Amino acid sequence: MGSTEQDGFLLEVRSLKMYFPVLRGLLKRKVAEVKAVDGVSFKVRRGETLGLVGESGCGKTTTGRCVLRLWEPTAGEIFFEGQNILELPYRKMRPLRRKMGLIFQDPYGSLNPRMNAGNIVGEPLIIHGMVKGKGEYHDRVEELFRIAGLDPSMMDRVPHEFSGGQRQRIGIACALACNPALIICDEPISALDVSIQAQIINLLEDIQDKLGLTYLFIAHDLSVVRHISERVAVMYLGHIVEMTDPDSLYQNPLHPYTQALLSAVPIADPFLEEKRERILLKGEVPSPLNPPSGCVFHLRCAYAMQECSQVAPQLRDIGGAHEVACHLVK
Amino acid sequence: MTVLLEVKNLKTQFNTEAGLVKAVDGISYEVYEQEIVGLVGESGCGKSVSQLSVMQLIPTPPGKIVEGEVLFEGKDLLKLPENGAEIRAIRGGKIAMIFQEPMTSLNPVMSINQQISEMMQIHQGLTASEARKRSIELLAEVGIPAAESRIDDYPHQFSGGMRQRVMIAMGLSCNPKLLIADEPTTALDVTTQAVLLELMKDMVERFNTALVIVTHNLGVVARYATRIYVMYAGRVVESGKTKDIFSQPLHPYTIGLLKCIPRLDEVRGRRLVPIKGLPPNLVRMPPRCAFFPRCPYRIDRCHKEPWPPLSRVRAEHDVSCFVHMEGKVSGLN
Repeated sequence: MGSTEQDGFLLEVRSLKMYFPVLRGLLKRKVAEVKAVDGVSFKVRRGETLGLVGESGCGKTTTGRCVLRLWEPTAGEIFFEGQNILELPYRKMRPLRRKMGLIFQDPYGSLNPRMNAGNIVGEPLIIHGMVKGKGEYHDRVEELFRIAGLDPSMMDRVPHEFSGGQRQRIGIACALACNPALIICDEPISALDVSIQAQIINLLEDIQDKLGLTYLFIAHDLSVVRHISERVAVMYLGHIVEMTDPDSLYQNPLHPYTQALLSAVPIADPFLEEKRERILLKGEVPSPLNPPSGCVFHLRCAYAMQECSQVAPQLRDIGGAHEVACHLVK
Repeated sequence: MTVLLEVKNLKTQFNTEAGLVKAVDGISYEVYEQEIVGLVGESGCGKSVSQLSVMQLIPTPPGKIVEGEVLFEGKDLLKLPENGAEIRAIRGGKIAMIFQEPMTSLNPVMSINQQISEMMQIHQGLTASEARKRSIELLAEVGIPAAESRIDDYPHQFSGGMRQRVMIAMGLSCNPKLLIADEPTTALDVTTQAVLLELMKDMVERFNTALVIVTHNLGVVARYATRIYVMYAGRVVESGKTKDIFSQPLHPYTIGLLKCIPRLDEVRGRRLVPIKGLPPNLVRMPPRCAFFPRCPYRIDRCHKEPWPPLSRVRAEHDVSCFVHMEGKVSGLN
């Protein structure tokens, strides 16, 4: 068993699979499986941000939920601080869980509308027994409000009295309550207005510096992921197809899907746009109920060879910590 | 080039419980024939309401178009009787619209054939079988495989991207002069978005249609629009050729928007510069510039005087701002 913590890796995921059963009939027999995540492996260093990027249905959110063990994965190993958390009984999992935070996408749906902001932020402190006495509780909640850039005098207000950006700040304060080492940010800014997004991105960067946090940053927006991450993993239909640093991702994308994804993102610069090549993908993402054989991307790939429909390419390092899963890349 | 649509001082207001909301507060813009125009702004800036006003689709009450002219081919659409024959012939016939949500804008209990054919039967007087034949052709043109066998399917049998293709086919079915696309790809994945925008661009070129793209995405307008209008709090704050606006933005809001978005090609380690504060609440707006509370360049005059009018600073480049930004800020950096 690898004690990855000694190598500086806070989190290591090995061959993670999450299949959701499709049940039919009176006896709820399993008739099929949705292969949401199908053999995903990655490592995240302490203090680093790993971006998981992909389009809807690629399994990025499921991967995040599995890391928190909110779903019990079908197969695979997840090492957090050197321990395989999938082997831990519930009783031992719980203290570990407070070291992992989660920031949700929808700041409207993820906050209890009947609780005031102070109680939302303070609830994890009580559940995990992080504070002794009312005074300490109050001080800590106030501190969390300040860290998240909220005015502590707003503690008594309920969620609907806050704007979208402020609500996301409450969600961040709540995720920080138990001094986590790892925070899973699941599309934390996609529900916000353009002019507010930058405020939240900057806040996430600041608290990472200040508190030495590690992020698993899940988003569909490639520009945002590139901006905030030290490493980026591109997912397609339950697989990581390419993983590298943000600069090589933009300058030297190797997987045909990554190339198409990059070319699809319009850049706010009309002069540059005039010259950019556009790769348009044919067809649609296949159903994860019945993924294609071989490489999951081969049906839409302009360069597909015979091999691609038969053998699934493995993610491998081609040098310079640039990993790609494609038969074309030698 | 001739002017196809000219909107002058359009004002649309909503009477809500909280008070009077001036959703569109005196905007003017024009669209030339066969041109792609971008209308950019954040949610609540009035970009959608302005387009619905042009089409006379504002629910009254609570909404009301209180002032302005919408000149389309020289005729003021706002003077036409509400829901009369004339406006109905233009709506869908000469001006078509594509909405953001392809699921909610298609009728779930009508087949695709019925929905596309209905347009052509009403506007062009085709018979049911002629319309059906044309619908199949249109579906094939927007890239729906096996169009002939899918024509009798219902919207739920199509994916989001395919539904938006159906919307594009519907929009173009009567050879409109103007197509208004209101956030046409916001609900879709980025690769699908790219495919559909490209399709839309090809189609309007082929049909000689002018296109108005309403979006919050600066990248989309940079890629497709030749001219853009930047909206804030119900007004146009800056307008001009796309290249001029991106290379030398003049309004502090435009500058702020360009600085606060991470760019795909940016050099790593850049710190984003957010726009301070929040978008304005449109109820009981003070009469001054609505961007004043968030503006880093504001001067005394901005507080004391009413909203500055849109004025020409350079050739085809207008801005509504007292602070003459030219030379002071080189936008993108």
